[in-house]
Amino acid sequence: MTRFRKRRKTVVVSFAEHEADILANLLRNLVELLYDGMPPRATESSDPLAALLDSDGPTSPPEDVVLQRLLPDAYKQDDMASSEFRRFTERGLRDGKIGDAKRVLSALEESGADEIALEPDEQLSWLRALNDLRLAIGTRLDIKEEDDYATWEKLPDDDPRRLTYDLYDWLGYLQSALLHNMR
Amino acid sequence: MSTAPSELESPEVDEAIELSPPWVTIVWNDPVNLMDYVTFVFQTYFGYSKQKAEKLMMQVHTDGKSAVSNGNREAMERDVEAMHTYGLWATCEKS
Repeated sequence: MTRFRKRRKTVVVSFAEHEADILANLLRNLVELLYDGMPPRATESSDPLAALLDSDGPTSPPEDVVLQRLLPDAYKQDDMASSEFRRFTERGLRDGKIGDAKRVLSALEESGADEIALEPDEQLSWLRALNDLRLAIGTRLDIKEEDDYATWEKLPDDDPRRLTYDLYDWLGYLQSALLHNMR
Repeated sequence: MSTAPSELESPEVDEAIELSPPWVTIVWNDPVNLMDYVTFVFQTYFGYSKQKAEKLMMQVHTDGKSAVSNGNREAMERDVEAMHTYGLWATCEKS
């Protein structure tokens, strides 16, 4: 059972052991996915200017649908501008998301499941990492805006999506409880 | 030393200043992000009041999108990048 409480600006979260394990596993998968397909950084010897400007990032959207959602195009109707934006920013965006996920992972590893004290800047990393996990799972489940929430809630137990949806729902609860305790 | 002018000329208003800046950051609706979280991001990143942040969030939710900031292209690209950091689906365009 997950519990949140507030101590001044610190939010203290406690998980059941198996919950902490599940969260850590999801985060490890996310980190692996974000590392996937990242082109190697230009070295100073291969292209000194690109290395200096950090402008050697990818120029086309990732193939994986989850990565497409996590690293979207910056322009709707201008592929050239999107590609240029991606070249300069995608690597940094991936690094930021990996950093948030790793921060949550190391908190889980250091504190165990019980009494994890989150300072305000850690709370932001947790919010973003929980959100990235929800985006990843929501995209894999193909949850659509027009979907009836009740249909997902009432998925039969033998539906292969049931377990994944329950995880998605639980992550939503975590994110919303954390946000509530930050206010 | 000159004397102060007896009457100050009223400053001329440049029409270009009256127009809103040429680029906007658009946040698009998506089925995953929680309403409270989207409001929180608008408050935290843009420093908007809770009231303004909630109004923009509702606009995203009901109209499918909302222009959440405006300015020059560089500034809008920074805002778009920040929105992606928070997992919001954002693009920039000419207003």
